[in-house]
Amino acid sequence: MPTLASENELLLPGKRTYKSIDEQLGDIVLDQSRHGKTWFTVFSIGFLGVNLLLVSILWLLWNGIGVWGNNQPVGWGFDIINFVWWIGIGHAGTLISAILLLLRQGWRNSINRFAEAMTIFAVMCAGMYPLLHTGRPWVAYWLMPYPNVLAMWPQFRSPLVWDVFAVTTYMTVSILFWYVGLIPDLATLRDRATSKPVRVIFGMLALGWNGGAKSWHRYMHASIMLAGLSAPLVLSVHSIVSFDFAMSIVPGWVTTIFPPYFVAGAVFAGFAMVIALAIPIRKWYRLEDFITMKHFDWMAKVMLATGLIVAYGYGMEVFYAWYSGNAFETALLFNRVRFGQTPYSWSFWALMLFNVVIPNALWLPKVRQNLTALFWISMSISIGMWFERYVIIPISLTRDFLPSSFGFYTPTIVDIGMFAGTIGFFIFMMFLFIRFLPMINIFEMKELWHHMKHHDKAHAASEAH
Amino acid sequence: MSAVHAGPEVYGVVASFRTPEEVLDATLKAREAGYQEMDAYTPIPVEGLTDALKFDDVRLGWITFLAGIAGGATGLWLEWWTSNYAYAHNVGGKPLTSWPMFFPVLYECTILFAAFGATFGMIALNGLPKPHQPIFNAEAVNRASTDRFVLCIEAKDPSFDERKVTDFLNKLGPEEVETVMTSEGY
Repeated sequence: MPTLASENELLLPGKRTYKSIDEQLGDIVLDQSRHGKTWFTVFSIGFLGVNLLLVSILWLLWNGIGVWGNNQPVGWGFDIINFVWWIGIGHAGTLISAILLLLRQGWRNSINRFAEAMTIFAVMCAGMYPLLHTGRPWVAYWLMPYPNVLAMWPQFRSPLVWDVFAVTTYMTVSILFWYVGLIPDLATLRDRATSKPVRVIFGMLALGWNGGAKSWHRYMHASIMLAGLSAPLVLSVHSIVSFDFAMSIVPGWVTTIFPPYFVAGAVFAGFAMVIALAIPIRKWYRLEDFITMKHFDWMAKVMLATGLIVAYGYGMEVFYAWYSGNAFETALLFNRVRFGQTPYSWSFWALMLFNVVIPNALWLPKVRQNLTALFWISMSISIGMWFERYVIIPISLTRDFLPSSFGFYTPTIVDIGMFAGTIGFFIFMMFLFIRFLPMINIFEMKELWHHMKHHDKAHAASEAH
Repeated sequence: MSAVHAGPEVYGVVASFRTPEEVLDATLKAREAGYQEMDAYTPIPVEGLTDALKFDDVRLGWITFLAGIAGGATGLWLEWWTSNYAYAHNVGGKPLTSWPMFFPVLYECTILFAAFGATFGMIALNGLPKPHQPIFNAEAVNRASTDRFVLCIEAKDPSFDERKVTDFLNKLGPEEVETVMTSEGY
């Protein structure tokens, strides 16, 4: 059993001072020459993706959503699959920043800012899909309750309306939490900036933060309360997303296990994305001292645990299809599992491979310590979680109750373009973020370092006695 | 404001230290010496510093709590009023007030309003946004976001005397002591 001191040493190794932490982390923003060819290459890929997204959206708006593969009976296709996929990815950010803060997990400090940014951009990607799916996104404000000349109000018994509230709240609270966390770091950058425009910009963003003990007192109150408020959001947002399915009568959707299994899946996918992004960025910006192998080990363990919950969810779906004795549920189960005999059964087995079989390699400590393996397992999970939504949505919709209304779903080039486009947009935003804002929480790293020193002293004193 | 510019006045005297322990110790000693109007500027939240300053502010908790209650009430009222009066219609034979179905929106509104309360309450109570403050005139405070721990005894303290305070702070073993003026740098 390692002691606290040695664990801290694993989280932030090496000799350093408050100033050197500022230099290592703050100068990624202040010294723009640190962003070389790699940054530009990845950013350009993201930028191409943004253009692809814009073209796809323009084509969609010009022609209407008929350019998507959605049809009757498959009213939900790539748009909802990708919506759920993206919003799930966002959940790791909130889990790391809120729940792990409440649980006083010191290791979250070096990954929380980064993961929170990921949350915001992932929710942006997610939000585009339902808005565009309305067909007329320029009147998307109709989703909101407001007094209007039609004298119409939302139908609050509908899970789709809950979704509007859940996702907008999630987006807003994530931005508030992220910004509050940034304030002291923005002040640090303001004070360290050498050129006047940079100082003015960070000065404005920092709102005049002075680091006074009285300010810190209220600040710490605010951040612990925001964490307390975000924690139930982690659980509620994806539960409400799962209600979009679970509240319906479609076979394969109407199950009570959906909310917990969606939430676990969201955390699973989110951690996979954090790892997949952290591995290259850590290497490019030489952040090995801040994001250590211990961090990866713990993230991998969270991933393994949530992955097992998800696997249990799949098991329960199969069990209930049998146990319910419902002919439609049983038929759906066979549609999923009979490989080669039903239209999408390959996607169910792909899901099993990517989400259940491969992640079990994380049981081995050697795999958790191997960044290449970890990167590819994370990729496998990202793909697997996408297949999960693919299995849930088109398989259930193509064959529901009446054989006369069975159909088929094929995504079109616009669907694929939009999906690739949102991935590009996500990369584009992430790379703007790592260039222009501190991607690791500077003041929390300084605090962690202070506690370590303190602990070492106490340790030395107790050994001397 | 009078037309004649009064010129800079003394805002306070600051002493800078290299470690959180030193500034905490200095604050406790200043408190013992009877100074009341003080603040300490630090790059990280220092445990025990607010106790040493005898400062406590519980308003933010109440603001957040009341904002949350207001949010929940707004959400519930919106749902109840629109489905009973503004746009009452029968959906699948369900009662007009289907309260279990009203829970998710009520819940999200509670969290949203409480988060607004916590964020904007913190910003307002801290007197932000205020990009320039007299305390920034102190050289040492520009490093208080990096690696200096600065104690300021303010001029509004009843027993403030620039010379005495300077002497007192010098005895605490600071890195340096300086007097901060109010309007310098404007």
